[in-house]
Amino acid sequence: MPIFIDRRLNPKDKSLGNRQRFLRRAREDLKRSIRDKVRAGGIADLDREHAVPIPRKGTGEPTFGDDKESGRRQHILPGNRTFSPGDLIDKPGGGGGYGSAPGTTESEDDFRFVLSREEVLDLFFEDLELPDLVKLSLKQILSFKPRRAGFAASGAPTNINVGRTMRNSHGRRIALRRPKQAEVDAVAQQIAELESRPPDAKTRERIEALREELDRLERRRRRIAYVDPVDIRFNRFDPQPRPNASAVMFCLMDVSGSMGEREKDLAKRFFVLLHLFLTRRYERTEIVFIRHTHEAKEVDEHTFFYHTQSGGTVVSTALEEMHRIIEERYPASEWNIYAAQASDGDNFATDSERCIELLDRKLMRLCQYFAYVEIIDERESHIFGSTENGTSLWRAYNAVDGKWPNFQMRRIAAPADIYPVFRELFARQPDLRKSA
Amino acid sequence: MVSQARKSALLFSGSDWDFNKLSRVYEEIEAIGREELRLDIYPVQMEIISSEQMLDAYSSIGMPLMYRHWSFGKRFLYDELLYRKGARGLAYEIVINSNPCIVYLMEENTMALQALVTAHAALGHNHFFKNNHLFRQWTDAGGILSYLDFAKSYIARCEERHGLAAVEAILDSAHALMEQGVFRYHRPPKLSSEQQREGLRERLEYEERSFSDLWRTLPPSQAKGKPEAEEEILAERKKSLNLPEENLLYFLEKNSLILEPWQREIVRIVRVIAQYFYPQRQTQVMNEGCATFVHYTLMNTLFDRGRLNEGAMLEILRNHSNVIFQPAYDDPRFSGINPYALGLDMMQDIQRISTAPTAEDRDWFPDIAGRGDWRDTLLDAWANHRDESFIRQYLSPTLIRKWRLFVLADGADEPHYEVASIHNERGYAKIRSALAQSYDIGASRPDIQVVDVDLLGDRHLRLQHKVKDGVMLEGQSRDATLRHIRNLWGYDVSLAAIDAGTGALLSERWTKEL
Repeated sequence: MPIFIDRRLNPKDKSLGNRQRFLRRAREDLKRSIRDKVRAGGIADLDREHAVPIPRKGTGEPTFGDDKESGRRQHILPGNRTFSPGDLIDKPGGGGGYGSAPGTTESEDDFRFVLSREEVLDLFFEDLELPDLVKLSLKQILSFKPRRAGFAASGAPTNINVGRTMRNSHGRRIALRRPKQAEVDAVAQQIAELESRPPDAKTRERIEALREELDRLERRRRRIAYVDPVDIRFNRFDPQPRPNASAVMFCLMDVSGSMGEREKDLAKRFFVLLHLFLTRRYERTEIVFIRHTHEAKEVDEHTFFYHTQSGGTVVSTALEEMHRIIEERYPASEWNIYAAQASDGDNFATDSERCIELLDRKLMRLCQYFAYVEIIDERESHIFGSTENGTSLWRAYNAVDGKWPNFQMRRIAAPADIYPVFRELFARQPDLRKSA
Repeated sequence: MVSQARKSALLFSGSDWDFNKLSRVYEEIEAIGREELRLDIYPVQMEIISSEQMLDAYSSIGMPLMYRHWSFGKRFLYDELLYRKGARGLAYEIVINSNPCIVYLMEENTMALQALVTAHAALGHNHFFKNNHLFRQWTDAGGILSYLDFAKSYIARCEERHGLAAVEAILDSAHALMEQGVFRYHRPPKLSSEQQREGLRERLEYEERSFSDLWRTLPPSQAKGKPEAEEEILAERKKSLNLPEENLLYFLEKNSLILEPWQREIVRIVRVIAQYFYPQRQTQVMNEGCATFVHYTLMNTLFDRGRLNEGAMLEILRNHSNVIFQPAYDDPRFSGINPYALGLDMMQDIQRISTAPTAEDRDWFPDIAGRGDWRDTLLDAWANHRDESFIRQYLSPTLIRKWRLFVLADGADEPHYEVASIHNERGYAKIRSALAQSYDIGASRPDIQVVDVDLLGDRHLRLQHKVKDGVMLEGQSRDATLRHIRNLWGYDVSLAAIDAGTGALLSERWTKEL
């Protein structure tokens, strides 16, 4: 008799620890993969699982192995049909040829594996230098509230629906003809009556019959339960995400020729992070992309990031467009409005005044938060140590910054600079939660 | 009536399995195995696992317990991917050379498959593990599980104490040398028990703390400087370090000057596991052949006795023929010689030679041809051979013809392959010896040894690679591996390639140059 052990119920994911070690090992490669994903994919795409190629750098396992290009060796092969000793066979091009070990021939590029959302976010956050608290709150999944949704045949005892259960029980008792208490009582009473009379043969027979009848009824009652497990119904609850207000996020970007690949990449990371933050806070988040040169236009995400347009730079057009869209589609009473603007700071000097006016008079009253990031060269970041001097737009926005607490402006030269823009936003989190 | 009697004699019908059926089938198969084939096995422990657990087991080289390392995670991802894509099925079973012998059965298998797997693994492999001399001498079936348990928790403790990165660095380096971490010629020491290991470790740590070369009071040798004395010193040094040494991991574990006690222990763990798998690698054809032969014989016996119905038998045969499928060399599916097919064919051939030999067989195998006791011959072969010697002794001309084997000579600097031998009178012996040679692990793995080290000088570790037939080491992986050796040794390492025939120095690689 062999020993049997049923291991199917043992915990799975025995190799989770190994997986984590592997991911840590391949961190740099994976980070690059995720970065490419962010660059190529949509803003809202980051917040889920991603398939990435299995990285090769740093994960090689070298051993001493033979060089296939040197020496003399013999191959023993089955299935000879036409060869005789001494025949010469041309080598297939590229060497290698026969009997290479399995595993070496397969190209590792084809292999992709899936990173979970948590792992993706971990990799994404890595060089943004977000504090742990913030990371946690971004990674947290929305809270759910259970809501009644019909009945279920299984559940916790506390959720038993008595009415529904008794209804089922009643129907079953009728269908199976379970003797009622009244019937039993009637028979018992009849017996009692007969017993009280003077006994004769006929009565005795009658009593006997009734006794049997009573016995049958009792047995039947015992067999057919009053409440059977099949009758029981439970209240069913569906987890419902807690209703949150909706938010709309405006992405404004200068797409004139001065915004290069690096600038756009940084801007995109900034937008991704803001979006990530908003999706945590709000049930429903919409994104509006507005790009501008000397004229502004609402576009789709792909056009926003990948199409360049030549022209001058008039920032106020974008703000006007944003205002128009808010009026048209996103009334401030129903939507939390967030705006993120990325630019290299170029603007017509006269236009900056107009921007201040637009923000001050109209937009800042409507917006929950307005973040302006100016993307500068890394070398310039030393020069612009202080915030006082700078591009024309920077100087103009400085005035707004002082007046409105929900206005933020930063210069960004590297990914790590992005976080401080959000500091204000995260600091206000408790209030937001209360109001939500 | 007859059909009813037949029906009740069936061990099972239908494709669903349950524990009663499994147990009934096992009892029956074991009884037949013992009586028909005279198998001798360890007690069996069958574990039912799901496909995910099978994947888990894959990634930890088939062991139920394994320490943690990123390379297992990587392997898991590959296996999982191939499996999910449908590019590769999972094995129906995994069997572990331990006492009791652990057999993993997949829950997805049908009852017919479970029966097949039981015969294959629980009887076939099990018998081979218990009786083959390599396994008996070189592995310790009783101790391996407790050793792995120790290894796992020891490495986890090290990770806690010294950090993941430090432990990983040592494991990486040790893994790179796993192939060079086995004793090929002398038997490794028996696995010690938990207590002994504890004592040993304490002693090592004590020695390490208290030993100092400064306290050496023997006067230095007077004869320094003379050439013959130099020679003598060298010989003395080599003798004291047991050089040359083929087991690089062993040498580094014992002699490295920079490793801390816990690092030595980790190197040792990797070495013990490498050694444990060494016999398996030398007996692939025999082990799989034995298991396949056993399941084929037992299943047919069961069927002949009316214990299996046609449906189950068909399923078994279909799986059997999938397993022993051997495409020809020019088939796109060809990926080397299938050990299952070769092993089974050779064993069935022995059966044939014993019972119905031809004149040729009588010439080639005078000691077994026509004697009829194929069971004895097979039991003897299973017990006393490894792949190389088994093929060298038992590959018959009949089989060479059946397989149409041929030998292709491949010189790297020539534009052509040359057909050296085919299945004819002149070729049989050559093919047999070439095939046997290709299964000789000692000959087919690069031969690398520690030849010299001056512990009192610059501590430069000299390795030597004996180049056979001009086959050099692949450059990139050689350099990377040398770097790992340097990590474990702490000082410069050089690897000289020496032609095995002439002794000429072909090339030398220093870690300084890397």
